Amino acid sequence: MNYFSEKDDVPADKIPDGPLAGKWNRYKATCRLVSFNNKKKLDVIVVGTGLAGASAAATLAEGGYNVKSFCFQDSARRAHSVAAQGGVNAAKNYQNDGDSVFRMFYDTIKGGDFRSREANVFRLAECSASLIDQAVAQGVPFGREYGGYIANRSFGGVQVRRTFYARGQTGQQLLLGAYSSMMRQVKAGKVELHTRHEILDIVLIGGKARGVIARNLDTGKIERHAAHAVILATGGFGKIYYLSTLAMGCNGSAIWRAHKKGACMANPSWTQIHPTCLPQSGEHQSKLTLMSESLRNDGRIWVPLKKDEIRPPNEIPEEERDYYLERRYPAFGNLAPRDISSRAAKERIDEGHGIGPLKNGVYLDFKHAINEYGKETIKERYGNLFRMYEKITGVDAYSQPMKISPAAHFSMGGLWVDYELSTSISGLYALGECNFSDHGANRLGANSLLQACIDGYFVLPYTLGNYLADDIKTGPISTDHPAFDKAEVESRELLDRLLSIKGTRTVDEFHKELGKIMTDKCSVSRSEIGLKEAISQIRNLRNSFWNDVRIPGKSDKVNSELEKAGRVADYLELAELMCIDALSRNESCGAHFREEYQTEDGEALRNDQDFAFLSLWEHNGENQPILHKEKLKFKEVKLVSRDYKK
Amino acid sequence: MDLTLKIWRQEDVHSKGSMMTYQLSGVEEDMSFLEMLDLLNEKLIKAGDEPVEFDHDCREGICGTCGLFINGQAHGPLPGTSTCQLHMRSFKSGDTIYIEPFRGGAFKVVKDLRIDRSAFDRIITAGGFISTSVGEAPDANTTPIGHDEAESAFDSAACIGCGACVATCKNGSAALFTASKISHLAKLPQGKTESKERVLNMVEQMDKEGFGHCTNTNACQIKCPQEISVVNIARMNWEYNSAKFFK
Repeated sequence: MNYFSEKDDVPADKIPDGPLAGKWNRYKATCRLVSFNNKKKLDVIVVGTGLAGASAAATLAEGGYNVKSFCFQDSARRAHSVAAQGGVNAAKNYQNDGDSVFRMFYDTIKGGDFRSREANVFRLAECSASLIDQAVAQGVPFGREYGGYIANRSFGGVQVRRTFYARGQTGQQLLLGAYSSMMRQVKAGKVELHTRHEILDIVLIGGKARGVIARNLDTGKIERHAAHAVILATGGFGKIYYLSTLAMGCNGSAIWRAHKKGACMANPSWTQIHPTCLPQSGEHQSKLTLMSESLRNDGRIWVPLKKDEIRPPNEIPEEERDYYLERRYPAFGNLAPRDISSRAAKERIDEGHGIGPLKNGVYLDFKHAINEYGKETIKERYGNLFRMYEKITGVDAYSQPMKISPAAHFSMGGLWVDYELSTSISGLYALGECNFSDHGANRLGANSLLQACIDGYFVLPYTLGNYLADDIKTGPISTDHPAFDKAEVESRELLDRLLSIKGTRTVDEFHKELGKIMTDKCSVSRSEIGLKEAISQIRNLRNSFWNDVRIPGKSDKVNSELEKAGRVADYLELAELMCIDALSRNESCGAHFREEYQTEDGEALRNDQDFAFLSLWEHNGENQPILHKEKLKFKEVKLVSRDYKK
Repeated sequence: MDLTLKIWRQEDVHSKGSMMTYQLSGVEEDMSFLEMLDLLNEKLIKAGDEPVEFDHDCREGICGTCGLFINGQAHGPLPGTSTCQLHMRSFKSGDTIYIEPFRGGAFKVVKDLRIDRSAFDRIITAGGFISTSVGEAPDANTTPIGHDEAESAFDSAACIGCGACVATCKNGSAALFTASKISHLAKLPQGKTESKERVLNMVEQMDKEGFGHCTNTNACQIKCPQEISVVNIARMNWEYNSAKFFK
């Protein structure tokens, strides 16, 4: 049975010619600009107020555009960037330990298992230093040394210290910086903020994105908003796994609805499974809390050598412990990249060495670090994380090891974008985790805050101008256009259809069942048989959802169940595409580990000959999706197999 | 565990609300408080009733969305803990738990336990920022900031904007929320330039929103999930007075 068809054409990547190191400067020097006086004639919609959305909204408004910003949260400050703990990377080389833009570029390309574009990744590294300057100017209180200069730590997959941090709340502090810049523009009248709004559809006029249909979640009112361009910065869709590190409201609906309007998805199945989360403790659980990767700077990961060990961890002597990351990857040890660490944990757990009541975790132990540096130092570094751990589990991690396990975390895949961050729909842009771009098949720790900020503060303000230069004489876009009528009618019909089902099962029941299918068959490891089973299970579940879901209440009032139902309806379609994407790639790379393709010692077996491409998926109505392949061209780096052993 | 829940139900901002009683069994110790409410809602939906609306999102204590008044205490009985981090092991079978929304000051009930805290955003809009645009920033290490200064600024900046300070204050004062942002920025060299204008604008907005005055009861500090100190309020007052009188 075929699950997809193929076509040869691919949208242009728009990567500038010439040497890698000069591409972005050349782009900036030659792109078209919109003058300050003309920017005030142009309206831009930004969906999402996380780091990507808030930084874009603030910077575009500073430049002079009229921005309309949307988020589903009750305040823009609550977007899920707030939850990123450990830090943000930048090639400042403040530690004089051999860092450089090129090294950061190389680490990121290698960390992504050579499945990202050289030009995009180089730009990310190149702009990284400016982000730290920008954040400090906004008042972000990065950790400092006693001399007053900024401190750094190390993160997985690198050998230098380039991670900047604000205790264990770096995402929160960076977001508050971006949020405050955006609120300054609200005061200046340049940003019109719509909180508690969800996007129901993207409106296209003449093939260009010209607006959105939004629902006010507090009143149920359906609204039309028009603009010259639409920016999606809606984050990742890891919540599709139900149990994940994401917030309850995180969703893929704007992405999916844009996809159905013609925007290609790229590598949707590439999902980062984070190795250090709290294990599931029961069926009632609604999320898996992340414990920052920074803990792996000082914590050592181990499992008991003996299967089905029953002794408490502190009674297991050193010689009966298996520090499996240090054993398998001596050069990087506990700071091996996330995909490798998660897989290694799963391997030990599957072999029967898992710990905890459900045998689904591994230990993360600070005993050695406390002996070496003292409890006070460890407390200063990670105090809030230890406290969080104690609140959730009731256990003091200063006196016994933490229990951790892998959980769905970050979507490397997402909307396909070109070098300008434009999707395959003209005038529709995707920033941050919402797009697929810079992380390849595995994101390095502390690169996600970075990418979101770089896209919003430094890239989009240039590339959007290059596009909008054509629109300075267009005049305001009207919401009376028939395209708005049609999109609004369809959005209302979708809500009515959901409410009219009046079945017997709740939205969460469907979401949990979908999450289990995806976690079992399309996460840490995947196989042809499993993926095919998953696709058929998802189709059945989707059918059952549309016949049997029960949504109480009405659409003209606050209705959380209706919000959730819309998101799960989209997940039930997106999940199938994720499985097809995973099935179509007959190799292992990064987080995409196909059981059929592994080396003798269980490492991912990449196939550069046949699979050095990005998978672009075109929506094809009720028919099978269409695969387009964007070949990856490597000029600066030599493709090697990723080795974190020596 | 078997629980009796007394929950505030209110149709919308214009309606009058009341406490309703629910019996809930099958609660486990490892459940978070919000997962307990999820369980209740599953049962209500299946029984053909409307679920209880409540604010929540990250469920790991950092987004500041959740906030419930539990047995008369903002975020429940534990210190330094937001509602989402409170677990049912803090309760025992047979307990009656009173669950109400955060009220007070300029907060309004949107539905059931869901509230409108947009007044906080308006206070930040009035001046809770440093006026810098992209492109202006010098190198991050140009101005050294002492380790302790940076840590102290962080302590103030850690506010998650949940509103427990307002809800727990007998005057419905937003002093701790406002003060934490004012102190965060005033403690840093890059925030000092406009600190006078900032404190005057933010305090004016806070008063305009209808929040009450601070009478130094310190209740806010006790119930703040981030344990933000009332010393920030003293700092705000100092900044305010010096801005007002020593121009």
